[in-house]
Amino acid sequence: MNVARYWRTEKTRYGLVGETCRICGEPIFPPRDLCPHCTEAGQDVRTFGGKGEVYSFSTVNDAPAGYSEYTPYTVALIKLQEGPLLTAQLTDVDEPDVHIGMPVEMVTRKLKEEGENGMIVYGYKFRPVIQA
Amino acid sequence: MRDVSIIGIGQTDVGERWERSLRDLAVDAVVAAMKDSHAERVDALYVGNMLSGELTAQEHLGTLIADWSGLGGAEAYKVEAADASGAAAVRLAYLGVASGIHDFVIACGVEKTTDADAETTNAAWSYGTDAEYEGNQGITMPSMAGLLMRRYMHEFSVAHEDLAPFAVIAHANGANNPHAMFRSPISAAVYAKAGMVADPVGMFDAAPLCDGAAAVLLCPTEVANRFASRPVRIRASAAASDRLAIHSRNDPLFLRAAHLSAERAYMQAGVAPHELDLFELHDAFSILAALSLEACGFAGRGKAAELAKQGVFDLQGKTPICTMGGLKARGHPIAASGVYQIVEVVQQLRGEAGANQIEAHLGMAQSLGGTGATAITHILEA
Repeated sequence: MNVARYWRTEKTRYGLVGETCRICGEPIFPPRDLCPHCTEAGQDVRTFGGKGEVYSFSTVNDAPAGYSEYTPYTVALIKLQEGPLLTAQLTDVDEPDVHIGMPVEMVTRKLKEEGENGMIVYGYKFRPVIQA
Repeated sequence: MRDVSIIGIGQTDVGERWERSLRDLAVDAVVAAMKDSHAERVDALYVGNMLSGELTAQEHLGTLIADWSGLGGAEAYKVEAADASGAAAVRLAYLGVASGIHDFVIACGVEKTTDADAETTNAAWSYGTDAEYEGNQGITMPSMAGLLMRRYMHEFSVAHEDLAPFAVIAHANGANNPHAMFRSPISAAVYAKAGMVADPVGMFDAAPLCDGAAAVLLCPTEVANRFASRPVRIRASAAASDRLAIHSRNDPLFLRAAHLSAERAYMQAGVAPHELDLFELHDAFSILAALSLEACGFAGRGKAAELAKQGVFDLQGKTPICTMGGLKARGHPIAASGVYQIVEVVQQLRGEAGANQIEAHLGMAQSLGGTGATAITHILEA
């Protein structure tokens, strides 16, 4: 039972809410109390658009406890259009179809279930941009 | 600050050690290090370990090992820095003796990974990543290495088979190490045919998790000759950190902590990379071997694999690496690896490396935590 633990990062996981540093102007994701670029405190809340591209990717065949039912799954570094890199699973795509530079967009998906009496944790994953 | 030397070393066989427990392994290594010297007392014991709580339900490990090693009364703690825990214990031992606070200090690295199932061990090892922003995406250490390796291959136009020399070198050298987990050489063809662990990380790109313990005993250099016939001087001890999550680093393919800790060590010892006779590096994954060599000044960016192919890092090459098998073939008992590296450099400097003996006067060991967010570097001299 870790309700508060997941509640604290809910906005970041559901809405890609990060920050802009008020001192140096750099975009920050995930949010932190001291800017990783200039180490000053003082940020404005900023919601990232959820569009980006695959910077790198790998496949998890042997999962950690809690994720085994989803294997194999693809994890990636995503470069957001606004600049920051983040780590996320790819979804709605098979690994052979993924390539570096592929345009992707954020969606909300189930990350894991912590057993029968535990939390079901949702968060961001990324999928290929659906062409109109 | 006092000059510090290593007067005793100990190591257990690495592998799936079903018959020995966490504490048994640590005690074996500590007792072996004591017997290797003539020291009669130990002031402090630092135990490098990452997963004893998660996998063995055992914390308070420093005191447990002191107790069961017959060192009751000594100052004793567990030290944790993910895979670099053992190297951190060595550094604390060095600081303890160099500062003048202690005269005889043991650093032990120990890990027992086979008392839990694979899922639990995978999860626990991944706790060295950022739990809220990497770990929660179901990432594992091999897949973290996969992210770095894929990007490296992309940016520097390196093919998977170009990285084969790192696995081939490690297995060739491990074949002659009686303590190694894997003792058979492999060919580049075998490397290429192996299945994927976390694409593009293949089976021979990933060091095996296993059980093992190693220990070193340190004392002031000025009295070291009284306690050992061939003491080995610690010419440099340096550590550095980087941003924990790969996604927070400005350049994920540059191991900044590895670079900083190596530069600090070179400065402290007054040596340049080309003067080192061997380099025990952190080849938990082939990509980390390449990135370490590039960060520490042994290869240009994207060039490590090319130099490896030319034989530069072979036992007979200019700067041999993984001379007793490295993490890849000796095995990677997570926190213990950093101490095994030191023990193996001491073996080379004392002339006790058996069939893998090289002519060595100065050797370096560098241990990385996780994907390089912690780096601890030691330079030793015969």
